[in-house]
Amino acid sequence: MARPRGGAAVRTVWHRLGLALLLGALLAPLIPLAVWSLARGWRFPSLWPQDLTTQAWARALSPNGGVLAALGTSAMIAALVTLIAMALAVPAGRALGLMRFRGRGVVFAIIAAPLIVPSFAAALGLHGVFLSLGLTGSFWGVVLVHLIPVLPYSIFIMAGVFARYDTAFEAQARSLGARWRQVLRHVTWPALAPSVLIAALFSFLVSWSQYLLTLMIGSGRVQSLPMVLFGYASAGRNDLTGAIAILYILPALLVMGFAAKRITGQSAGQLGLR
Amino acid sequence: MSDLRLENLSKTYAGADQPALHPLSLSVGAGEMLALLGPSGCGKSTALRLIAGLDVPSSGAVYIGAAPVTALPPEARSAVMVFQNHLLFAHMSVAQNVGFGLRMRGLGRTEIDQRVAQMLARVQLTAQAQAMPAMLSGGQAQRAALARALILRPRVLLLDEPLASLDPHLRGEMRALIAQVQAEMGITTILVTHDQAEAVQLAPRIALLMQGRLCQIGPARDFYDRPASLAAARFFGGVNFLPAHIAQGQVQCALGRFGARAGWAGQGHLTIRPESVQISPTPAPNVINARLTALRDLGEICRAVVVTDQGVSLEISLAHHAAQGLSLGQTLYATLPEGAIWFIAQGADE
Repeated sequence: MARPRGGAAVRTVWHRLGLALLLGALLAPLIPLAVWSLARGWRFPSLWPQDLTTQAWARALSPNGGVLAALGTSAMIAALVTLIAMALAVPAGRALGLMRFRGRGVVFAIIAAPLIVPSFAAALGLHGVFLSLGLTGSFWGVVLVHLIPVLPYSIFIMAGVFARYDTAFEAQARSLGARWRQVLRHVTWPALAPSVLIAALFSFLVSWSQYLLTLMIGSGRVQSLPMVLFGYASAGRNDLTGAIAILYILPALLVMGFAAKRITGQSAGQLGLR
Repeated sequence: MSDLRLENLSKTYAGADQPALHPLSLSVGAGEMLALLGPSGCGKSTALRLIAGLDVPSSGAVYIGAAPVTALPPEARSAVMVFQNHLLFAHMSVAQNVGFGLRMRGLGRTEIDQRVAQMLARVQLTAQAQAMPAMLSGGQAQRAALARALILRPRVLLLDEPLASLDPHLRGEMRALIAQVQAEMGITTILVTHDQAEAVQLAPRIALLMQGRLCQIGPARDFYDRPASLAAARFFGGVNFLPAHIAQGQVQCALGRFGARAGWAGQGHLTIRPESVQISPTPAPNVINARLTALRDLGEICRAVVVTDQGVSLEISLAHHAAQGLSLGQTLYATLPEGAIWFIAQGADE
């Protein structure tokens, strides 16, 4: 008995060490950012800033500094993009995942196209189109253009989910006396909700991280967080860049943490059944 | 009095060149269990889905009681279907699954809880009430699925291969449960199955479907003793077919001439069940001389193949003790009891 237990303990140690290394590799790049955001004067060859200050943070978090407004704009854009994307991706994914129809491959290729064409090339062409439609420089123009990289991800995730979904459950529910609305609420939604949530989180992140498309279509008038961040970065304000970068990464970390918990939680649950 | 009636019910799926179900008419009496039997792809599950309202028929009508229900959605029909795979909702406990239909009907919590408890006791799942479906064994899951349908006290119960997904040793138990509960509750039931033994054991009356057409309908025993076609006879394990023709009240075949029964006419085949042929190693009057050419062990019984002096090959079922001591090439004496011989007229299917 002692031997397997010892083996398990060794495995646990390796497991923890591996996890620590992974987390370290993910989080290490944030350390210089955090230091920068608190530094006053940090020049080569100093290993540590001369002085620490919260000035950059005070500026980033001040109500009229523009950073919070940009955070709000980014969040608003990402939320709207996610909402619209999911409203389109759930039915599209259902059709692509469940049905076999002529031209299905072509539809898949068209949906995947924005992922294949380099975004700069696409953005140049899109700029022309949006100009002629009078959508440049507007909030809704940016929302619309964000849907282009977001939709392929969300549709593919949902198509994958529906490919493994069995509509017989819906038939069973109806035969047991449930009306369509009840089927959606009590059977379809609970079965799909975790996957829809993950697709939504990824949609949010893809929109959240757009720089080039926001720059071109927003014409500098739509100030999302990446706009402000790149502005300070190219102006050499490393302290503000550090602070904003941390604000910018925060939602991604939260989402990844949530998604990871969700995914491992499910697989652990499944393992527990065996 | 019929409780469920199908009138020329047919289905051709979009894009298919053959109908999945040719016009089918039959009726099931109140409280009766009818087996809808046939090989896979014969249209039996299609028929069930049409009755349940899960598919729209290409033509025809379904009546429950006296009322046509063809235009009603599944939730408005008093016909509940139980699928082959239990299809328990994974995010609900066993008790919630069983109470699902009552909840959808808007019943009060106390009544639901009470009826769920009764139903779970009936299918011996009381201990699993709070378990999630993934924790159940195959047999338990299938019992929960049955309970989920029965709790609604439907007028018509539609069972789609309820035993097919179970391990063989669990089937007997589930079969007994279905028979018992169906009889106690007196629910008009259609059992879809591809297994003729299952159909015979559960249903007094069987409808045999082949290639989307009703092939024969009647008491289970008829399929053994009075098959309407070669296909029906073969589906029920018939193996002995001898070309014959009837003229002037006499059957003529390779084994000789004898009197025909009333109603037999024309060209066709004589058939006799392998278990109806009697053989003995000693000669007796009116027996057929035959040589043993093969002996196979089928598990519960043995199967002997003999060739008669006239060159007719016959398969015969034997008990193991009777097969012991027989050797290939040996001469045996076969008796074909007259009442066990049946005539299948040509053109019944082929």
